[in-house]
Amino acid sequence: MAASPLFIGCATGFSGDRTDGAQAVVDSLAARGGGTLIFETLAERTLALAQLARNADVDAGFEPLLAELVGPVLASCLRHDIRIVGNFGAANPPAAARRIADLAREQGLPIPRIAVVHGDALADPGQHALLRERLGSRLDDMDVVSANAYLGAAEIAEALRAGAQIVVTGRVADPSLTVGPALAHYGWTLDDWPRLGRATMAGHMLECGTQVTGGYFCVPGLKDVPDVHAAGYPIAEIDADGGFVIGKADGTGGVVDSRTVKEQLLYEVHDPAHYLTPDVVADISRAFVQPIGPDRIAVRDIDGHARPGELKVNVCYRGGWLAEAEISYAGVQAEARARLADDIVRRRLGGALKVRTDLIGVVSILGDDAGAMLGNRPPGHARDVRLRLAAEDADARVAERLLREVTALYTCGPAGGGGVRTSLRPRLNMVSCTIPRDAVRSGWTMMETMP
Amino acid sequence: MTAEPIAVRVPLYRLAHSRSGDKGDISNLSLIAWDPDCYAVLASQVTDARVAQWFGYRHPTRVTRYLIPTLHAMNFVLEGVLDGGVNDALNLDTHGKSLSFHLLDLPVEVPPELARRLPDVPGDAVAATR
Repeated sequence: MAASPLFIGCATGFSGDRTDGAQAVVDSLAARGGGTLIFETLAERTLALAQLARNADVDAGFEPLLAELVGPVLASCLRHDIRIVGNFGAANPPAAARRIADLAREQGLPIPRIAVVHGDALADPGQHALLRERLGSRLDDMDVVSANAYLGAAEIAEALRAGAQIVVTGRVADPSLTVGPALAHYGWTLDDWPRLGRATMAGHMLECGTQVTGGYFCVPGLKDVPDVHAAGYPIAEIDADGGFVIGKADGTGGVVDSRTVKEQLLYEVHDPAHYLTPDVVADISRAFVQPIGPDRIAVRDIDGHARPGELKVNVCYRGGWLAEAEISYAGVQAEARARLADDIVRRRLGGALKVRTDLIGVVSILGDDAGAMLGNRPPGHARDVRLRLAAEDADARVAERLLREVTALYTCGPAGGGGVRTSLRPRLNMVSCTIPRDAVRSGWTMMETMP
Repeated sequence: MTAEPIAVRVPLYRLAHSRSGDKGDISNLSLIAWDPDCYAVLASQVTDARVAQWFGYRHPTRVTRYLIPTLHAMNFVLEGVLDGGVNDALNLDTHGKSLSFHLLDLPVEVPPELARRLPDVPGDAVAATR
């Protein structure tokens, strides 16, 4: 069993994150003698969008920025024995693997051993019948785009132990991107709950990129962060018991301190004693943090309990059309004119659409769809406001009526309205359930043996 | 000369920090105290009932508070507050990312000697007026 600590760095926290974070992480891992670089690029809805891309083009459906993320660091990773694990395969992991092999060819590098994890996509009739059992007849009315189970760390670990230098996955639980390399490195058993619980929370700290290194943290005057424009991406140092220290790439901006670590530790957690993943139920109810050096925080006393019996599934389906339109008012009676414009549009639509109103500059974020917060506030005298209206409908032509009414305010609305912008976009909705583990046939394939 | 008041009303952001997370139509808001003294104030005053009331206009169906004393932190889980969640809501902030900063405007009462050493944001409109 390997005794040296395992270093895992994370270079993206979501699809759409910065793409220039990887180099500093790779340089830092190389300086520490190697490790694993992970990329997390799959939010809940990203996979459905990728599936739509794959439907349109059989070679698409993986992270669109894959080449930009992996290309610049591929040579250094191979040279320094830094493994790469990413869920950037999205809806088409084999195509992502081929793209990475192409990147290696283009750079004159030897073709790395690339493994592909499969089985997250639930497409066969038996799986559909199970989903219908769990979700009920509402599934029959859904125009389903994608249905994916959250896989765990086992396949990633097996592929790494079989010598994969790069592991491409679709939907796996975000922390499993970290637990997989830790399992492979230390040879823990799959029911070593305390160690899996700790490694899972190490993964949880990494999976949002700079959210633990000062990104998404700054409040000027209350929580300042040095050089936040150049915040470094995080690196976890995981020991043989799964305990870990969070740090960040050398020579970068940002900060890792007790506060940044605590914020990320609780991010998207419900019951702190039961953080559910496919691998384990992690328990941070007694955890504490301990500063052990500049930008180095140890997280102690995390526990783990037996993993959930079933796997979580997200089903994404087409959800009609979202119409959004905005118009601005400035100067005397600006707020009154914007409120009048809202009233005009609502009267014109006559209940054909359920419209949400926001008044940017007055109430636009904290209100609810019913508009109670805005409605209960006495009309004021804001002098720089932007009216924003939103509605949805299954029929694009009905939803579009909102856009036409707002556009018509140019000549028919209150005086001085300007800057109309409109958009009409298809929506993706989502439901979740769980299904038995044995209904999901997960596995992995090394690329040479792929058809 | 007037006697010093026994308690001063201050917004939560002077005692703690917070981050929102979302899963479906559920928002979780961490609330992390600067230190043990601040945590004691949160534990006694920032109850689940009070938070449910503070977010009343979002119609939470349930609010649960979890305490993590070892982190001087608590975690609030607010169900049904995201107008359907990131894929269904009509609002701009479909994730509810900004909700943590609404929580931080909640007023609490602290002893004057604690208030004196808390960080502040001069000129912020919320201050102690609520």
